[in-house]
Amino acid sequence: MPMTENDATTATKPLIVAFCCNWCSYAGADLAGTSRLDYPADVKIIRVPCSCRVNPLFVLRAFQRGADGVIIAGCHPGDCHYTTGNYYARRRMSMLFGMLDYLGIERDRTRVEWISAAEGAKFAATMRDFCSHVAQLGPKNNLGELR
Amino acid sequence: MGMREKIIDRAKALLADGTVVGVWGWKRGEMPGDRVPAFFETAEELDNDFVYDCFCAANVSRYLNGRKAADGRVLALLKPCDTYSLNQMLGENRLEREAVYVLGIPTGDMLDPEKVRRAGICGLKDAKQRGAEFVFDTADGEKVLPRDAVALEKCIACKSNTHRIQDELLVDIKDQGESPVRFKQVEELEAMAPAERFAFWQKELSRCIRCNACRNICPVCSCVKCVFDNPANPVSGKANSETFEEKMFHIIRAFHVAGRCTDCGECSRACPQGIPLHLLNRKFIKDINRAYGPFAAGTDDFGMTPLTEFTETDPEPSEVVASGGGQ
Amino acid sequence: MRKIPVTDLPKLYAEIAKDRQLWLPREDDNRVEFGLWSDGANVSLTGKTAKSGKDFFFPQTEDIVRFRMNGKEIDINSAPTAEAPFVVFAMRACDAAGMDVLDRVFLVDPKDSFYAARREVGTVVTLACGAPEDSCFCQSFGIDSSAPGGDVATWMVGDTLYWEPLTEKGEALTAAVGAVLQDAGPDGDAAVGQVKADATKAWDAAPFTELKPPVVAMEQTDDIFGLDAWSRLSEACLGCGTCTFVCPTCQCYDIQDRDDGAAGVRRFRCWDSCMYSDFTLMAHGNPRTTQLQRFRQRFMHKLVYFPQNNDGVYSCVGCGRCVEKCPSALNIVRVMKAMETKA
Repeated sequence: MPMTENDATTATKPLIVAFCCNWCSYAGADLAGTSRLDYPADVKIIRVPCSCRVNPLFVLRAFQRGADGVIIAGCHPGDCHYTTGNYYARRRMSMLFGMLDYLGIERDRTRVEWISAAEGAKFAATMRDFCSHVAQLGPKNNLGELR
Repeated sequence: MGMREKIIDRAKALLADGTVVGVWGWKRGEMPGDRVPAFFETAEELDNDFVYDCFCAANVSRYLNGRKAADGRVLALLKPCDTYSLNQMLGENRLEREAVYVLGIPTGDMLDPEKVRRAGICGLKDAKQRGAEFVFDTADGEKVLPRDAVALEKCIACKSNTHRIQDELLVDIKDQGESPVRFKQVEELEAMAPAERFAFWQKELSRCIRCNACRNICPVCSCVKCVFDNPANPVSGKANSETFEEKMFHIIRAFHVAGRCTDCGECSRACPQGIPLHLLNRKFIKDINRAYGPFAAGTDDFGMTPLTEFTETDPEPSEVVASGGGQ
Repeated sequence: MRKIPVTDLPKLYAEIAKDRQLWLPREDDNRVEFGLWSDGANVSLTGKTAKSGKDFFFPQTEDIVRFRMNGKEIDINSAPTAEAPFVVFAMRACDAAGMDVLDRVFLVDPKDSFYAARREVGTVVTLACGAPEDSCFCQSFGIDSSAPGGDVATWMVGDTLYWEPLTEKGEALTAAVGAVLQDAGPDGDAAVGQVKADATKAWDAAPFTELKPPVVAMEQTDDIFGLDAWSRLSEACLGCGTCTFVCPTCQCYDIQDRDDGAAGVRRFRCWDSCMYSDFTLMAHGNPRTTQLQRFRQRFMHKLVYFPQNNDGVYSCVGCGRCVEKCPSALNIVRVMKAMETKA
């Protein structure tokens, strides 16, 4: 596997959990793969039927089990396979990430992106960018320490 | 005629003419300042035990959850802030409108027994509000303390003193609007550095004993079976203090009531460990107001909340988080 | 009896903490809670702690065993029982009496090895109380707040702390910290008398002086169980666990398994509350389906079943924490009064 930008710049290898909607972003990841585009292997994709399937518990559990960053990727607003799912996800994740920020979890550890099935390049670029941001924050995932 | 007597008179009349079969109000507990939410079925019980004063902070909406008209209509004595909770419950079909007769009663500031104790009041007999101060009748004579030092947080941060639902108002009340300090604490936290915020919450939440009082007293935590009570769910329903579970409970609970929380402040009042839980809920209220326009859950009984609707032009999560200040 | 000037207490703390953990009441943000002593800690020896010292012997959660699958092998690691010695300083008479109640549950056969190990290595130093708070009613259960139990009892009078070992463990601690203690001579008895006099006077004026627990013979149990008053007493109960979790004598626990993924499965026990809907949940469901039944169980256990089975010892020590903490202002005092009038 070729060195990624992330590996080159820091020694830490962050663990990134990416919740990808089945219809757009997961297909976008497939396209990134078939197009031979690079993105860090630190990204672990969990396929969900829709971005609005992501329950806040999933996000918290991911952090608790050692994720350094969580990204949710879905269809562009207006393109949801279920018509409106991503609109709800947008509001929910705005609130949840605002709360995590309020609790002192660095806001760069969470992100929502809209990536269509045709945007393999955007998928790879987004993941590279997100990984490098999380890597810069270092390995400390302090949500798990909030006890 | 004092307020207590006025309420009793009206309640007795409603009992006598068969409008209601009982009354949810308050009676004295064992300690000075203890007020127990109580159900009254007769005029005699009302005369003997009913009390309404500056210690009756408990929101009796909670006890109306699941009430059906077939069980008989009950009289609910609701302070302005309590009516928001009832509205929200009605909007979510947690009780039948015909099951309750709302008598809107006026309120001043309610006292926080913990603050009163800390302020050095011993042998408390009675207390009365006088403008911006409270006058305490104690074993050592009369003592006067400023309202801000002894009132409940939820009263200091009052959202409104207008009744939002009532079959009848006992007296007309002039709305004084939202307290200017309602979001002050949230703003102070937002202004801190992430590490400071983290330290603040770690300190507060580490005291949690997971008694679930905050959940059980919440008028909108009305699920028939809470996710945290489901043994089949991989979340910890009981204390699991060496792990992250207790903190997750609070984040998830606040999220589950986001957009539905009426800011009644009962969670913080109930917490035996003094955790300022209202600061979690109020953060959501503030973010919702800023991102999706002003909204106060329980203003009506329509039932729509910001997280059950959307617009196509909503801001992106990153913009909402960034507007939360700090960092 | 020994003594030490109050100004020298930090020396005593340091001496105790030399070879063992020292937990004592620390004040932080207007709350007094048992905390680990460190130099400069804000020690508060007035009033009572927010929670009792029960946690040190019966923590809210503790691991029992861990399992981990390793291919076809299963690693099973029992959690070790406590070994590090510790001292809980300035427990009150009520909380020390609470320990006796726990002993009656956990130290009878089959012994609870985790609790027994903590009892073995933990030393309780009590502090006599001459100024009960409004919510206190320990004397209703025959507890003398001015003569606390534990391994070492102490009395604070003026600027001196008097120290009297009561058990072998207490003697051992006294010997270990003897360097900072002086012989009290005849002052000791006078000091004890002084606290006793203060307490007697304070109790006369306390709100719950007249309160007496019910004495219920076996054949009267059904009458108390069937009291109409339970419905009114419990109507405002929210079903939270506050009263049980601040109680120095509540001893019920649940055992749960938690799957920590790659780290294996952790079997732990945690405090349970009879107020919860899933308390004693069985395959067929819960034997107590209404809050009235759960509420009644709590108080019947403390005031009726426990004394019937334990030589008349009640499993309430009158610390008053549930009186202070219940969000609906319900508490055992109301129940005792109702039982008294109806029994």
